Amino acid sequence: MHMTRQNLAGLTLLAGAAVLAGGARAQGTEFTNVQRGRYLAQASDCISCHTIKGGKPFAGGYPLETPFGTIYSSNITPDLATGIGNWSKDDFYRALHSGIRKDGQHLYPACPYPWFTKMTREDVNAIKDYLDTLEPVRAIAPDNELMWPLGWRQLVAGWNLLFFDEGEFIDRPDKSRLWNRGAYLVNGAGHCAACHSPKNMLGATDRDHALQGGDAGESWFAPSLTSHERDGLGTWSTQDIVQYLSTGANANTASAGPMTEVVMNSTQHLSKQDLTAIATYLKDIPAHDTGQADDHDGDDKAVTQEVMARGKAVYVDQCMGCHMADGEGQEDAFPRLAGSVPVHAEQPQSLIQVVLGGEFMADPAELPTGLGMPGFAWKLDDRQVADVLTFVRNNWGNKASAVTPEQVAKVRDALHEYGPRHERLISQSVH
Amino acid sequence: MDTPPSFGHAFSALLPAGQDRRQASTAGPTLNEIALSRRRFITASLAGSVLFALQGCGANAAPATVTRTFFSADEQRFIEAATARLIPGDSADPGALEAGVPRFIDLQLSGPFGRADRWYRQGPWSQGTEQQGYQLEETPAELYRKAIAAIDAYCREQHEGKSYAELPEAQQDQILHDLEDGKLTVKDVPVKAFFTLLLQNTQEGFLADPMYGGNRDFAGWNLIGFPGPRYNYVKEVRQYGQPYSLPTVGLQGRRDTGART
Amino acid sequence: MATRMKPVDVVLVGFGWTASIIAQELTEEGLQVLALERGADRATVPDFATTHIQDELKYAVRGGLFQAPVRETMSFRNTSDQVALPMRRLGSFRPGAGVGGAGVHWNGQTWRFLPDDFVMRSHVEERYGADFVPEDVTIQDWGVTYDELEPYYDRFEYLCGVSGKAGNLGGRTQAEGNPFEGARSREYPLPPLERSAGSLMFDKAARELGYHPFAAPAANASRPYKNPLGVQMGQCTYCGFCEWFGCGNYSKASPQTTILPVLLKKDNFSYRTGCDVTQVVLDNTGRKAKGVLYYDLEGREYEQPAQLVILCAYAQHNVHLLLLSGIGQPYDPVSDTGVTGRNYAYQITSSVDAFVDELINPYMGAGALGQAIDEFNGDNFDHGPEGFMGGGYIALWTTGGRPILQHRLPKGTPQWGSKWKKAMAENYLRSVSISTHGSVVSQRGAYLDLDPTYKDIYGKPLLRLTFDFHDNDLRMSDFLTGKAEGIAKAMKPRSINVKKRTGPYTIVPYQTTHNTGGAVMGDDPRTSVVNRYLQCWDVPNVFVVGACTFPQNHGYNPTGTVGALAFWAADAIRHQYLKRPGPLVQA
Repeated sequence: MHMTRQNLAGLTLLAGAAVLAGGARAQGTEFTNVQRGRYLAQASDCISCHTIKGGKPFAGGYPLETPFGTIYSSNITPDLATGIGNWSKDDFYRALHSGIRKDGQHLYPACPYPWFTKMTREDVNAIKDYLDTLEPVRAIAPDNELMWPLGWRQLVAGWNLLFFDEGEFIDRPDKSRLWNRGAYLVNGAGHCAACHSPKNMLGATDRDHALQGGDAGESWFAPSLTSHERDGLGTWSTQDIVQYLSTGANANTASAGPMTEVVMNSTQHLSKQDLTAIATYLKDIPAHDTGQADDHDGDDKAVTQEVMARGKAVYVDQCMGCHMADGEGQEDAFPRLAGSVPVHAEQPQSLIQVVLGGEFMADPAELPTGLGMPGFAWKLDDRQVADVLTFVRNNWGNKASAVTPEQVAKVRDALHEYGPRHERLISQSVH
Repeated sequence: MDTPPSFGHAFSALLPAGQDRRQASTAGPTLNEIALSRRRFITASLAGSVLFALQGCGANAAPATVTRTFFSADEQRFIEAATARLIPGDSADPGALEAGVPRFIDLQLSGPFGRADRWYRQGPWSQGTEQQGYQLEETPAELYRKAIAAIDAYCREQHEGKSYAELPEAQQDQILHDLEDGKLTVKDVPVKAFFTLLLQNTQEGFLADPMYGGNRDFAGWNLIGFPGPRYNYVKEVRQYGQPYSLPTVGLQGRRDTGART
Repeated sequence: MATRMKPVDVVLVGFGWTASIIAQELTEEGLQVLALERGADRATVPDFATTHIQDELKYAVRGGLFQAPVRETMSFRNTSDQVALPMRRLGSFRPGAGVGGAGVHWNGQTWRFLPDDFVMRSHVEERYGADFVPEDVTIQDWGVTYDELEPYYDRFEYLCGVSGKAGNLGGRTQAEGNPFEGARSREYPLPPLERSAGSLMFDKAARELGYHPFAAPAANASRPYKNPLGVQMGQCTYCGFCEWFGCGNYSKASPQTTILPVLLKKDNFSYRTGCDVTQVVLDNTGRKAKGVLYYDLEGREYEQPAQLVILCAYAQHNVHLLLLSGIGQPYDPVSDTGVTGRNYAYQITSSVDAFVDELINPYMGAGALGQAIDEFNGDNFDHGPEGFMGGGYIALWTTGGRPILQHRLPKGTPQWGSKWKKAMAENYLRSVSISTHGSVVSQRGAYLDLDPTYKDIYGKPLLRLTFDFHDNDLRMSDFLTGKAEGIAKAMKPRSINVKKRTGPYTIVPYQTTHNTGGAVMGDDPRTSVVNRYLQCWDVPNVFVVGACTFPQNHGYNPTGTVGALAFWAADAIRHQYLKRPGPLVQA
């Protein structure tokens, strides 16, 4: 627990702002319910899943690729026929809290109600108030394409029995208000663990290893958020975390893929106060055992001298123009690789995505440039990508598992199928 | 104006494909460009290989593995001979031939350069002064065809039926000098302009990235000491007088993987 | 029948440096601003990505980023008694096309003109007598002074993150900088680039001869840099593929790397690509612009109404538009009347190659990595004994070592054969080049008008260029070449190759893309097209921005002055014109 002087000072400074204090419980503040609802909808990042690129905001139709097939998000504009315009506050709360639609059918947990269940009634009401102000759009999502027999929603009841822990967030009295606020945001609206945790075979979060890194879909990997020093936020201060969530970049790294969308549509809009709360909570998560080489004795045997030499050759020829010879990147411009937390992620899929498909930095108003990295899919074969990533993960004092050509090939296939993620970001067409 | 100006083909092909500004290319030169040139290559090489098959393998024919897209077998022989004089070499010290310059020129002439896609090609046509630059009606492709035929005809006439490629090296050199100096002229065929273009293309082929078919195994770059396209010399720029030690690299990496069509 | 588009407040023709600066400024006033760009949309990633941009054949030799003559070119002749023929291939100069324009593919050499340059006519006459200026030389005072432009030079330099060392801070000479430059209000935003081996050689030799060499000012960032708009640039890594290429790591200043990330997010700014503006539409008084006409890529015509029309295309194309639109009386060299097309000028360059024993790695370079002396620029020396006016800087640039176009061979090397090959092997890593970059006077015989024969793709007459180097400039260039030769010799090379500039001017070999004039600025409508704020005398709601407004060209690359003038004109529009639309200067 890190209630530093800095955080305390920050708290007092922001006393005038709409601090949702008293633990996580929402209270009446100077925001209207609609404004609060808008803020909470941003915190929940509804827009990223409920909008397709070039489509109307919140009108649904976004294809969520899961191991069980494709699920299309629903229209949550207040359209009476095709949206949720005729849903009452009770209906909406039942959906987010219990995972049950107005018509009594189960929602698939692709919508993260197992996390939204933690949100208070008042907060959920506020979100509905906000959604009711949106432009109603007549749009019906395509039919889901789920493997048999998962088309039968009643099966979700069984899943819920096993894996769904319904119930609003309860403050921990032994923790600070800031910590509780952070816990509420991370485990409620933010639903960070939905991506940042491993899942079991039935797609449920492995709560014993929450926030230790997980599959973010379409061959992206969301790294660990524990206090591990290499594969986690151990070396980041709360200010580093706040800066990352506000702008998508800090001195250690820059966001990529789905997380860039999260920054652009969600976290950049949160108050510095709330981001500090999130950081406070995250910094309190103990480091986990990564199962990687440096947590035990010995090195990853796949990181051979030969691989490092080949990887270095690729690095020198292809990467140094921006990431520089010492792997330090360029200050405020190109992210460092030496000591970078995402470089140490347990699974390398996000790294492979960025190398193959290129990426752009988030470009909020505070950091408008949106510097880009080109894709190398046409230029490097699977072995070269594997070699250079193994090199990057094990040079300059870095230490992480080797990357294999097979891993690269799998991501290359996903890239073929879905295209680069940054092309489908909706953050630029919607604001 | 009755019909819209017919420029659509000319320059819309010049514009990069893809309207989405956030589209980081996963395919280098745009997929459109590659696809376009691949289609042309496939169509053209079918034609080329048919031509090759029809002519058969004569005693002095190019080796059976030579791929031709633009040149006929005769033209190929001329180009191989001429470029080998412009930049002579052997296996130990590669010149134009060893570096694949004929292949480079072949590919260039079958593409937008050969067709002069980017040049202004409206008439009227007039010779003009030296200061007014290229005013020929011929595209590079047309110029090559005409000039090679004319020069070979000249050679056969002057040298007992031998084509340029069949002449001894000294005579080949002399012909090149005469073309260069304007001493060898052919009615209605701008052979001096051809020589200028041939020399330019030969040097390009020797020194361009190997993905264009020439500079094979970085022959040209290794000769002069250019290590290829790299993006960071921050440290090295201050290491005055120190030779650069890294291996040569091209846009497709450290191995020459050949012409990218 | 042209389709009428929804009106905007301001329409900009072109979307390069000047349009980006003007758009960023005018959108701050809440105006609806639209830019129409003939070429394609372009962004650093993917269009200039490090993965593929260092392709000499595609970009430098075949001109991948340039305006293709098939779509836009001009006809050319040296003198009025010749027949102009179209420039069918690019040669002497290479205008850009596409978003960012030539600002994408320039080297980044960023200079200010000298204070005396802005009053060249009156200064030369005062110092050397009115007879010193030949009768056919039509140099003029600019109508704006260096002191007035100084804050705007500063703005452009800080926008770009220019790397350099000031030589004159507020009137006090600074060591290591250019002692001849006009006074600056503050230091450059970034320190100079690293020096190459060639820079050191030149520096040593120049000092031995008593000159004051300095690092040339470079819009290649020597450090990562965040500009006043909050846009982040990377640091130059000396990749040697600057001029004619886009920058892959955001370290060369361009509209993309300095302005567009902020501009493109604004709701009141929009742009259309593939839109070729062919005419400014005037009302029936001929004194007010209603908007512009343009074609899209399918050849369909559109009318774009606007309150304010600003020509921001490449220099000549602005003049072409003025002529096609009937703005300003076209210049007639016979009667020496008219203004549109008058006073075209260029740049006169030469070089001295030096072949040395030291190992040089020429491919480690940057577009504006150079060491220069300014002793012989402007009126920095006594012209009396020389009998010519003007001058230029002398510099050793290390911009790159691109094999096809940037190799140097000793004098007398055969053009081909085994001797050529041997010379290539022996000299590529052991040669440098000192270049001179001289001013060009404007003259009666150098002008732009419409060609009587050749047409563009819309059937409209091509612009016609009539130009040759004036004897004044050839003599001046010889003088500079002699000084460059002196420095080269002081480097004690194995040999040198002096490449003088001789007449007549030819459009075949590349020289510079520094075309100026044709729509000059001034305080007299009889000899200028625009007033000192770049506003058309004849049509007050048309402004013309770019090097076409230079009354003559001076001994420096023009972009610094182009950028400063764009900010200057934008200021005049924001703070004067918008408050009271109409002529800002009474003739």
